[in-house]
Amino acid sequence: MLYQDALRLLPELFLAGSIIVLLMYGVFSGDSKTRSVVILSFATIVAAAVLVWRMPGGEGVAFAEQFQSDTFTRYAKILVLIGAGSCMIMSMRYIERANMARFEFPILFLFATLGMMMMISANDLMSLYMGLELQSLALYVVAAFRRDTLRSTEAGLKYFVLGALSSGMLLYGISLVYGFVGTTGFDQLNQVIAGLRGEGQPLPVGLVIGLVFVAAGLAFKVSAVPFHMWTPDVYEGAPTIVTAFFATAPKIAALALFVRVMSEPFAALTDQWQQILVFVALASMILGAFAALSQSNIKRLMAYSSIGHVGYALVGLAAGTQTGVEAVLVYMAIYLIMNIGTFACILCMRREGRMVEAISDLAGLSKSQPMMALALCIFMFSMAGIPPLLGFWGKWYVFAAALDAGLTWLVIIGVLASVVGAFYYIRIIKIMYFDEAAEPFDKDTGAETGFVIGLSAIAVVGLFVFLAPLENAAKLAASAVFGG
Amino acid sequence: MQDLNGLLLGYLPIVIFLGIALGFATVMIVAAYLLAPQRPDSEKISAYECGFEAFDDARSRFDVRFYLVAILFIIFDLEVAFLFPWAVALGKIGMLGFWSMMLFLGLLTIGFVYEWKKGALDWE
Amino acid sequence: MILQAIAFYLFAGVTVASAVMVVFARNPVHSVLFLILAFFNAAGLFVLLGAEFIAMILVIVYVGAVAVLFLFVVMMLNIDFKAMREGFVSNAPIGVIIGFILIVELLLLVGGWTIQAPAIGAIATPIPPINEVTNTEALGHVLYTKYIYLFQAAGMILLLAMVGAIVLTHRTRPGIKRQVIADQIAKGHMDTVSVQKVPSRSGV
Repeated sequence: MLYQDALRLLPELFLAGSIIVLLMYGVFSGDSKTRSVVILSFATIVAAAVLVWRMPGGEGVAFAEQFQSDTFTRYAKILVLIGAGSCMIMSMRYIERANMARFEFPILFLFATLGMMMMISANDLMSLYMGLELQSLALYVVAAFRRDTLRSTEAGLKYFVLGALSSGMLLYGISLVYGFVGTTGFDQLNQVIAGLRGEGQPLPVGLVIGLVFVAAGLAFKVSAVPFHMWTPDVYEGAPTIVTAFFATAPKIAALALFVRVMSEPFAALTDQWQQILVFVALASMILGAFAALSQSNIKRLMAYSSIGHVGYALVGLAAGTQTGVEAVLVYMAIYLIMNIGTFACILCMRREGRMVEAISDLAGLSKSQPMMALALCIFMFSMAGIPPLLGFWGKWYVFAAALDAGLTWLVIIGVLASVVGAFYYIRIIKIMYFDEAAEPFDKDTGAETGFVIGLSAIAVVGLFVFLAPLENAAKLAASAVFGG
Repeated sequence: MQDLNGLLLGYLPIVIFLGIALGFATVMIVAAYLLAPQRPDSEKISAYECGFEAFDDARSRFDVRFYLVAILFIIFDLEVAFLFPWAVALGKIGMLGFWSMMLFLGLLTIGFVYEWKKGALDWE
Repeated sequence: MILQAIAFYLFAGVTVASAVMVVFARNPVHSVLFLILAFFNAAGLFVLLGAEFIAMILVIVYVGAVAVLFLFVVMMLNIDFKAMREGFVSNAPIGVIIGFILIVELLLLVGGWTIQAPAIGAIATPIPPINEVTNTEALGHVLYTKYIYLFQAAGMILLLAMVGAIVLTHRTRPGIKRQVIADQIAKGHMDTVSVQKVPSRSGV
């Protein structure tokens, strides 16, 4: 029994074990061995991804139904591990150049990754909270990792204070749900609430308020409007590699969690949370599009861009159907690829050893580094949703799902918002190709970053041919949420 | 309800103790206020600091190292908090319960080794 | 029964009053002291509910450790009291509105408080009767075996908290002499005394 449970938990156990071994290795050999800790951490992530893929314990729940593994968790965990792995390998040279090469850095990334895997696999509101806290705590620390610079500490502090507030809201919601339903397990919650609705009894008010608080806490974690305030400041202030990490892995994990919590334990309350999600998706799309227009810092711009993308992804969830969830999953994968590529390009923006972050610094990139300009151009077109690039198909899926669910006006506003959004993405392309050339960037960015850029650019251009396997994987994953 | 009353009766000595302590403190302060002669003058109520005026604010900034020590203390305090129910229930939870706690303590020992090697426990 | 009611209103009243004082006290150190008072009274409320373990943990962890940490933080931050109070009047209406909304929500909740029939059967781990098993023991029965996953996750979070605290605040100060006992023991006479050949009749 215990053996079977542990087998289901094997990827997480492996990750936790590696963290401990690497921590001991790092502390006994000192900061001079940071590079080998990074490489070993990367290997750990790859190995964990293989374990997740193989699913040695099979599908099912473990440890008193606290933990579950199925095709949905596998899909989301693979995405998270891709994001974490890419950031890990790109951090190798970055932390050396940025003077933050301490061996704790990759280990904190691993802690965060472990937390994300735990929250994706949560099958109970308690294990959800433990995973979420493990993840958030590690992220607060990495945001403030450059503790001698004002901006980094400010980012860390802001993220921490607002993150703690949102965890409080989430806990308050969870305690209300527990108080009114009497259980925290996802499966029991689903049954009890469906039972209540089936008997046609009026819903307890406390349950609905609890649901709202849970949704608000989760909306904060995915940085959806109106809980997005922290995002631009934190993205701008944190070291760039940390921003890249924030925009990819934790976002995927939080979205997956959002999808799971809304459509499994609270499936019978779809009519209740649907209105919240429609509003959140709408507001995020609009704010993401308009607020980004006036930004001059590329990291801030990416923050607003990610708020907008979360809005599009939530359109799929707001549909409240299996196709909707499927579309969210496809969107998450596409979002991940585009963002990894873009942030890899941003990591290359260095002059004379210093990071530059203004959008105007990209001027004339097409002359000095044509390949990178081309790659960034591809990512921007894709984010703007120009067919046939990958970004277009992501939007296609979520809007199609929302149309099926009858949310026509939400789709119309979404399309309009993406037209506005296209403006600032294309402005970057214009600056790169048609503006007066600025000084070229440093060229010694390292092979890994170039490799990540190339791979994601090829994926963005070429993958629409292979959309069918991605769609099938997403379909399989979505059926795990709705089938049970 | 009956069993809860039994539980609360166990706390009666503490309540009585608190009541006596509170009563004593109040009586002493009030008595001093009512009975003692009070003739303040400027010398009596001025700050006394070895005969001369205070140089600056008594509040001075603490070093961040105090914070580090305090937070490490909290972590081990929480660890101890987990030990209470374990110790009480150890007879009934079998080998799994025992080794579960050993694993937990092992994790924190790893943390302790990390602290020690980092020199976080050294003051100067 | 009447004693319980008196105790409840006493604890609850002092908790609320000291919570108000946390916000309104002029000196932040006094705020922390009022916070400690609030924790004590909350512990009293937990005892009234029969949740002894949580009450004691509140005293040990919150009063004993967290409040001390708050005091350190207050002392560390060099707060300017006047600047802190500045926006108070202008922000007060917003605070009042939010507080009002929260109170309305709480009242709605209390008004709607009914535990539905199916809910009671679903409680995953029912509390055993308190006169047979103390709740410390009841917690011990499930925490380390049934909920081992959550327990070990808590261990990981505590480990991370240690690593994080050290990463953010620890610095090695250069030029400080430390006692290294192993070096002292390993030191032989050859490390400290050197024998010089002094030619005779020439002095040192």
